[in-house]
Amino acid sequence: MSGGEPVIRVRGLVNRFGADLVHDGLDLDVPRGEILGVVGGSGTGKSVLMRSILGLRRPTGGRIEVFGERLDDPEIAQQRMARRAGVLFQDGALFSSLSVIENVELPMRTQYPDLPRQLRRDLARSKIQLTGLPDSACAKMPSELSGGMRKRVALARSLALEPELLFLDEPTAGLDPIGAAEFDRLLRTLQQALELTVFLITHDLDTLYAICDRIAVLADHRVLANASLDEVERLDHPWVRDYFQGPRARAAHPKR
Amino acid sequence: MPAEAHTERGPGLRRAQGDDGDRIEAFGDWTLLHAITLADQVERTGSRAARLDFRGITRLDASGALLLERLTERRGQTARDAGLPERWQRVFEAVDQACDDRPADDPPDEPAWRQVLERIGRATVEIATSTRELFGFLGLTLHRLVRTLLQPKRLRLTSVVHHIEQTGLDAVPLLILLAALVGAVIAFLGATVLADFGAELFVVDLVAFAFAREFGVLLTAILLAGRTASAFCAQIGMMKSREEIDAIRILGLDTVEVLVLPRLIALLIALPLLTFLATLAGLFGGLVVSVVSLDINLSLYIERVEQTLTLRQYLIGMIKAPIFALVIALIGCLEGLRVSGTAQSVGEHTTTAVVRSITMVIVIDALAAIYFMEIGW
Repeated sequence: MSGGEPVIRVRGLVNRFGADLVHDGLDLDVPRGEILGVVGGSGTGKSVLMRSILGLRRPTGGRIEVFGERLDDPEIAQQRMARRAGVLFQDGALFSSLSVIENVELPMRTQYPDLPRQLRRDLARSKIQLTGLPDSACAKMPSELSGGMRKRVALARSLALEPELLFLDEPTAGLDPIGAAEFDRLLRTLQQALELTVFLITHDLDTLYAICDRIAVLADHRVLANASLDEVERLDHPWVRDYFQGPRARAAHPKR
Repeated sequence: MPAEAHTERGPGLRRAQGDDGDRIEAFGDWTLLHAITLADQVERTGSRAARLDFRGITRLDASGALLLERLTERRGQTARDAGLPERWQRVFEAVDQACDDRPADDPPDEPAWRQVLERIGRATVEIATSTRELFGFLGLTLHRLVRTLLQPKRLRLTSVVHHIEQTGLDAVPLLILLAALVGAVIAFLGATVLADFGAELFVVDLVAFAFAREFGVLLTAILLAGRTASAFCAQIGMMKSREEIDAIRILGLDTVEVLVLPRLIALLIALPLLTFLATLAGLFGGLVVSVVSLDINLSLYIERVEQTLTLRQYLIGMIKAPIFALVIALIGCLEGLRVSGTAQSVGEHTTTAVVRSITMVIVIDALAAIYFMEIGW
């Protein structure tokens, strides 16, 4: 499915917090229709990279293009991204004062204010069903749901505007292994059906092995590698070695 | 009518006459962007029998697939039969499998009068249960207080001192400012009314009575209800939501003894002291106004205060201080312990703590005023 222009193209990105240099000349391409897994130790700036691409943070330097457009001004970036990209934040970031279905309706309400109420409700309901939640979940408040269900609602909300691009920040963090595997399968199914391009930050090796087409490793302030899992595994870098050949990696790898 | 005759660009549905009878052709981009028109057109075809033809679809997303599914569902046909291009089969199937598109049956809204009744009922039950809880908590706390007094070693002195500093000492500047301003306002108010009778001197009586009996303690209690009840509730609430309370219990410690008693004792000490300060500050505020704009000089003011202000007046104010301290500390801590989990819950209970404690303080003060009036003090 890949080929053609990358959906996201980052060139020479620099991000600095005071004296702390997070990114220094970071380059990254995200090809269309693939799931890119972004890994890296704590503090290597995975979330900062995502926030820069989304326009939630103005980078110190460098260039970011999404769908072939330069997004230098965060305000313009946010406007553009609102309709074409969905985001699943780490803890779901559901609005706690709105019910599940209202949470999913909210993006449509703001971006397509003309949608009739009933149609909006039907569309929101179909998104909730797509993420595998029962109908009875619609009227509940986020606080009444389990962690796994909240993640699904957040996913439904991020899909509400039919995005082509999906950002996921540690989608399986805090889920039990079975719930995490189910969520991985759901992501893969939806990604293929809706032809999504996915930017996925994760620590979960199972997720990497199960659903990622390609892995980007963040280390030493830049992208160390952006390639298939096999190639990344063979990389000779201390962090990569520890990460992919530690005891957890061996347990997660299907071949070993 | 041949299909080529249509050249409009927007997506939609059209009727066509084929060799095998009526056909409904879907064409164009079936996406969320056009959902309003598409949903409209789908509704208009109703459930008229016809062969579906999806060959003209150029784009399909999940929203469009939901609308297409309505067409197929009503006619018992499949998208594959209708010639949906292979590229879009996957979206359609995903939506078709996951979604059952019965119109959502929202429960009908209750009539307004029933909603009003329901809310009144809920509020009544809530007030009843929380009052019961408050009395239960009062009993529990008093029991622990007596136990601690019998075994003074159990008292957490450091914690008590810390809370006296936070609730008492840190509140002094603000309290003095507020009390002095209110004292000045009362003096002005009195002067406006009493000047007509040539009785400006009685402004001093007014300020002295007001602050000794009521305002000294009331201002202090209201300030502490806002400042301290909320702080107690938020502190304990955060501990509750981070499971620190459970950790305290697991260690074999008593929640009331560790968290509530130090705060209660601190407030029982701090509030009377603050009341004294507030009374002085109020008298000072009245003094400034009297001297500056009422031609009552300093020595006259002090002499007048000495003549009118009896110990009894002062005690009527002071006796309420420990009661208010008890109310504020208990409500603040109890609301904190009622927090459940989320950050939002901490906020809600903090609001409740402040509202309840201020309400209780004013209600108790009013009852006390009636009582002292009746017994003629």
